[in-house]
Amino acid sequence: MKFLPLIWSNLKRRKLRTLLTVLSILVAFMLFGLLSAIKQALVGGVAMAGADRLIVRHKVSLIISLPASYQQRIDKIPGVAASAHLTWFGGIYQDPKNFFPQMATVPEEILAMYPKVILAPEQKQAWLNSRNAAVAGRKTAERFGWKIGDRIPITSAIWTHADGTQLWDFDLVGIFDGQDKATDTTPLWFRYDCFDEGRQYDKGHVGWYIIRVKDSSQAVAIATRIDDEFANSPAETKTEPEGAFVQSFAKQIGNIALIAEAIMGAVFFTILLVAGNTMAQSVRERTGELGALKAIGFTNVQVLCQVMAESCLLALLGGALGLGLSWLFILHGDPTHGLLPFFYFPVNDLLTGLGISLALGAAAGIFPALQAMRLRVADALRRM
Amino acid sequence: MTGPWTWLLQVAAVTRFGLMSVPRRLGSVVATFVGIAGVVAVLVGILSMAVGFKMAMTASGSDDKAIILRSGADSEMVSGLDHETTRAIADAPGVARGAQGPLASSELYVIINVPKRSTGTDANVPLRGLDPAALQVRGNIKLLAGRMNEWGKNEVIAGVGAAQEFGGLQVGGSIKVGRSDWPVVGLFSAGGGTAESEIWTDGKVLQAAFNRGDTYQSVYVKLNSPGAFQPFTNYLANKPGLNVKPARESDYFAEHSVMLTQLINTLGVLIAFLMAAGAVFGALNTMYSAVAARTREIATLRALGFGSGAIVVSLMLESLAVALAGGCIGGGLAYLAFNNFHTSTMNWQSFSQVAFAFRVTPGLLLRGMIWAAVIGLIGGFFPALRAARLPIASALREL
Repeated sequence: MKFLPLIWSNLKRRKLRTLLTVLSILVAFMLFGLLSAIKQALVGGVAMAGADRLIVRHKVSLIISLPASYQQRIDKIPGVAASAHLTWFGGIYQDPKNFFPQMATVPEEILAMYPKVILAPEQKQAWLNSRNAAVAGRKTAERFGWKIGDRIPITSAIWTHADGTQLWDFDLVGIFDGQDKATDTTPLWFRYDCFDEGRQYDKGHVGWYIIRVKDSSQAVAIATRIDDEFANSPAETKTEPEGAFVQSFAKQIGNIALIAEAIMGAVFFTILLVAGNTMAQSVRERTGELGALKAIGFTNVQVLCQVMAESCLLALLGGALGLGLSWLFILHGDPTHGLLPFFYFPVNDLLTGLGISLALGAAAGIFPALQAMRLRVADALRRM
Repeated sequence: MTGPWTWLLQVAAVTRFGLMSVPRRLGSVVATFVGIAGVVAVLVGILSMAVGFKMAMTASGSDDKAIILRSGADSEMVSGLDHETTRAIADAPGVARGAQGPLASSELYVIINVPKRSTGTDANVPLRGLDPAALQVRGNIKLLAGRMNEWGKNEVIAGVGAAQEFGGLQVGGSIKVGRSDWPVVGLFSAGGGTAESEIWTDGKVLQAAFNRGDTYQSVYVKLNSPGAFQPFTNYLANKPGLNVKPARESDYFAEHSVMLTQLINTLGVLIAFLMAAGAVFGALNTMYSAVAARTREIATLRALGFGSGAIVVSLMLESLAVALAGGCIGGGLAYLAFNNFHTSTMNWQSFSQVAFAFRVTPGLLLRGMIWAAVIGLIGGFFPALRAARLPIASALREL
């Protein structure tokens, strides 16, 4: 510890170089932070998925609806604790670019299915009381500046009213929050009863079912039981755990996510190489000085530790600043405005980042440090 | 020793000295070189994804074809048209006519689950039901293997992109629609356009399989000429009882590629920009140490009468040379690694898969080289300035 001032003044001797090195490490870790958030955004839904929830959809395609009457039959299947359903509305709010999910559902059922969705009791009551009422997630409400009491006009090309018109008005009676960041707060939910009565066709059908099972270790067996129940009917089902269902969407994006990750791995590696080289360079330049330290009685290990500490300090400084900056950037929100609902910085990755920065310091410092340790005093002093 | 010719000679001499000293400080030069190569490779690689996707989306679009959807629908998936509407569209003025009647194809567009070869998990693959007139409307459909599907039968033909990316779509394979298996009897190409990501079958057969009655989702028409679009649109807009939105095919596909292209471009440029910043710091470090190592040499040159301008320019040229070499390697790597890499992804705007290939175009490579040059110039400028400002007397004293 008493050598800290020495290490510090070594870093200060070439202020410009230290600054440039710290900046390049900083950039590498800013990228690391952004990578984590982007990865989170792509696979984030999986974290929201509950192990005790199953999704039941039409076997051929998600776009084909299932009869609403299936719910009663599903509820009777042993092992099923509760069920809810959602129907994709696919409407447009003002402009097609303002994408967010809107779905028709049954209030009590959906809120019971997702306990991490937090809706104030009086808002829930308002939703139950009025057929035309809807609730929206915090993110979407803030994005469009909606307040409770607003009337939200949404045009749906899929679902026309009985008279052929396409405009649906919903009264916003509640704004829900998520108990944690892994809860999606972008959807708008409105009531299925009002929707089913108003639409022109496909009445009595729902998009897909969400099932809660009593015992999550039985989930796969129950999924099979549900699919068997509807086998050989006009609407056969495909039931899978919620996690797999969400993941299948991420996988639909395909190896793009993998490619992006590989590319960013390359980015990280390149910048680390640049930064590591600079650190090595600064040690090389000081050969004579290190010899002098040894001549006045510093042990080999002390010299090694000093060089290592300097390198680690530099890396940690750059790493912490870079992670901090990316955290601020990510805090600012999704740069695509709504395409990535789970854009946030997972704490685990933050810690991993700090760990990597220390490892970088050690890796960049170890060779010069060993060199410094093995230095023979006489050789070093001759080079001065 | 004045005049532009002398000045150029000075620049050439100093640059030569600088470049010859590169092997002596190989480590730091290589680090800069690799850094810049990395920036260019990543920039070009990511943007080639966007370019390839956009090319696949817009390849098939032409100005003399139009797509008609229900008004308010932004994709075929959410559109719906009844039989009378599709008849009225086919009979509208401006629609080209063939031997069998108007070149108009009423179509159904659904997605079905087909496993993706790369992941083995279900993907939303588009299944399109067409009218026999569709082949003449499209005009660029070529059968590559097998035979055309017979109208009225439960059989399909698959686009080459789809066959490559999704399981079971080769000739002799089958897809599952409802409770029955439909055989794949042929493979087709469509000039590189989105149709190559689709599976095609008879529209009437698909209507029955998906309980769609006699409704459709879109009508594709071939117009007499690109100029016929405006009168055609006006006619449809003024015809009572019609509630439709025509779009030129080229505009429609361009619009549908906007979201994903923008997303990739935004992320790509953001990442490359950050990386470039890191590479600039690296380049600055390298050039500063190059200047520091040559303090005496530069002072000597100045004492001999070399101008400070020549020194600045030649140091920047040196940095530029390293950067451009890095840029070439980076661009080359991106080309080898990504060009023509086939993949498919979800286009959220149509909720269905699009198969495409990465395209590293000359334009992208040029863009990469410009980035490399800018990094090199910034990295060389400040150190060169320092070199030019060295007080000659004190620098020489270091001898």
